[in-house]
Amino acid sequence: MMIDILGYGAFFLSTALIFALITLGLNLQWGLTGLFNVGIAGFVAIGAYASAILTTPDAADRIGGFGWPIALGWVGAATIAAAAAAFTGYATLRLKADYLAITTFGVAVVVQLVALNAQGLTGGPFGVAFIPRPFAAVQDQPVLFNFANLAVVAGVTLAVFLALERLSNSPWGRVLRALREDERAALALGKSARSYRIQAFAVGGAVMGLAGAVQAHFIGFIAPDNYLPTLTFQVWSMLMVGGSGSNRGAVFGAIVVWAIWVGSGSLTAAIVPGDLQARAASLQIVAIGTMLCMILLWRPQGFFGPRPRRP
Amino acid sequence: MTSAVLEAQALSKNFGGVAAVKGMSLTVKAGEILGLIGPNGAGKTTMFDLLAGSVQPTSGSIRLMGQPVTHQPAHRRLAGGMGRTFQIPRPFPALSLLENMMIARQHQTGERLWANFLLPGRVLGEERQARDKALALLDLVALRRLANEPARVLSGGQRKLLELARVLMADPKVILLDEPAAGVNPALLEVLIAQIQEINATGVTFLLIEHNLDMVSRLCNRIIVMAQGALLFEGRPDEVSREPRVVEAYLGGSAA
Repeated sequence: MMIDILGYGAFFLSTALIFALITLGLNLQWGLTGLFNVGIAGFVAIGAYASAILTTPDAADRIGGFGWPIALGWVGAATIAAAAAAFTGYATLRLKADYLAITTFGVAVVVQLVALNAQGLTGGPFGVAFIPRPFAAVQDQPVLFNFANLAVVAGVTLAVFLALERLSNSPWGRVLRALREDERAALALGKSARSYRIQAFAVGGAVMGLAGAVQAHFIGFIAPDNYLPTLTFQVWSMLMVGGSGSNRGAVFGAIVVWAIWVGSGSLTAAIVPGDLQARAASLQIVAIGTMLCMILLWRPQGFFGPRPRRP
Repeated sequence: MTSAVLEAQALSKNFGGVAAVKGMSLTVKAGEILGLIGPNGAGKTTMFDLLAGSVQPTSGSIRLMGQPVTHQPAHRRLAGGMGRTFQIPRPFPALSLLENMMIARQHQTGERLWANFLLPGRVLGEERQARDKALALLDLVALRRLANEPARVLSGGQRKLLELARVLMADPKVILLDEPAAGVNPALLEVLIAQIQEINATGVTFLLIEHNLDMVSRLCNRIIVMAQGALLFEGRPDEVSREPRVVEAYLGGSAA
């Protein structure tokens, strides 16, 4: 029993840390640079599919199946997601705020529809199965398997966290924050807003794509349904709760929101009669929404965010 | 014969059918404080935007330190030696005063993404230098005690001073000042005038676009008067105030 709980704890934390990775990517784009990216799910999907296609063994009915090592698949996923995000950033250079949000949302929808329909590349609605899992050899020992996975996910998250902390506090990060505050003044001080916007899109996109790839290999199977706008909503809630602008907050918010998500899911499963279960699933979104409202009222800057502006 | 820092040749700018600037030429000589004045609608602000690079001219050319910069994007001009301030100051409100200052340095190694991982020592060294210089300049404008406060706590006048200090971080040869006296109370205006003179004494050239004739007369050795998008008169402050055409342009048609 104790062992099972430990194993579940490791599983829970691995999932939460993968969300933490995505949230770290969003924090660079929104918290630091002020880019209103509502296409998160799309970049996560690109990373997941990229790594899946690069690392799976050859399959007859699908392009790809290059059988690359997992680590190379992850590097490839981050690179391809970064390129896709950089292109999105380039194409949306003249858009700001809500217009940028609508456009990035559209990008995510397009990515999801491609995943759903380009059967020859993505397996269509059936997704990609048999994605190699890092510790497949110990798969029959769930506790060991979960902890091994957790170690990898935690290692990747820590590495990304440290890299982003260094960037946030660097002169590079200072330019991003300046652009968030006042683009025209930054231009007058010799900073190319275009170049930094594209870089912020690319780096954030790379982190999101890496997260998607890690998750794909952690579960072993991906399908287009994993990358619906709900994912984007979850990640935004995580950043709001944790505190926009803080990498620590991004990790913390991801764990808290994921705990509430999973907790409310188990709770409804336990108390709602079987025939209403499917509908009760929406209560999860209600739970997150309610919590988000409470946080925004009680601590609008999130747990770790900087103090809000004085009115 | 002093050399030209900034030269505009026959600059024109049309907005649709409206010619805001019509064949305007001017030369800013090294070390001077040149004033550019004119009544409302004379084209001063458009001229300023053309020189700063935020508006592209319809025709004509601009040279900065002898280099052609007519079509160079605005963000390249500071590294080329020309800084600007805004009429309504634009500090980065959430950044500390120190960060506001340090960001203005040009050619920072650490502003390249990879350099922060590959050349951390060099980035750190440059940051230390930038910090020392930023603190010294904040001292100059009497804002050093607020160095770690976010810029949003500053008053309007302090923002003007911060903006002036910030642009000095880039060691510009010439600074374009957009109506520095606008919205500044008389006491602070004196501080501002003293600052500009002090900075000018270190060899920095100024082009001052201003409404306030009194301030321009006190600061400038030479004044250019614009009216209806073109050059109306050029001369010393006392000549300008005695010139009938200038009085006429300011006071309207029949005054002369």
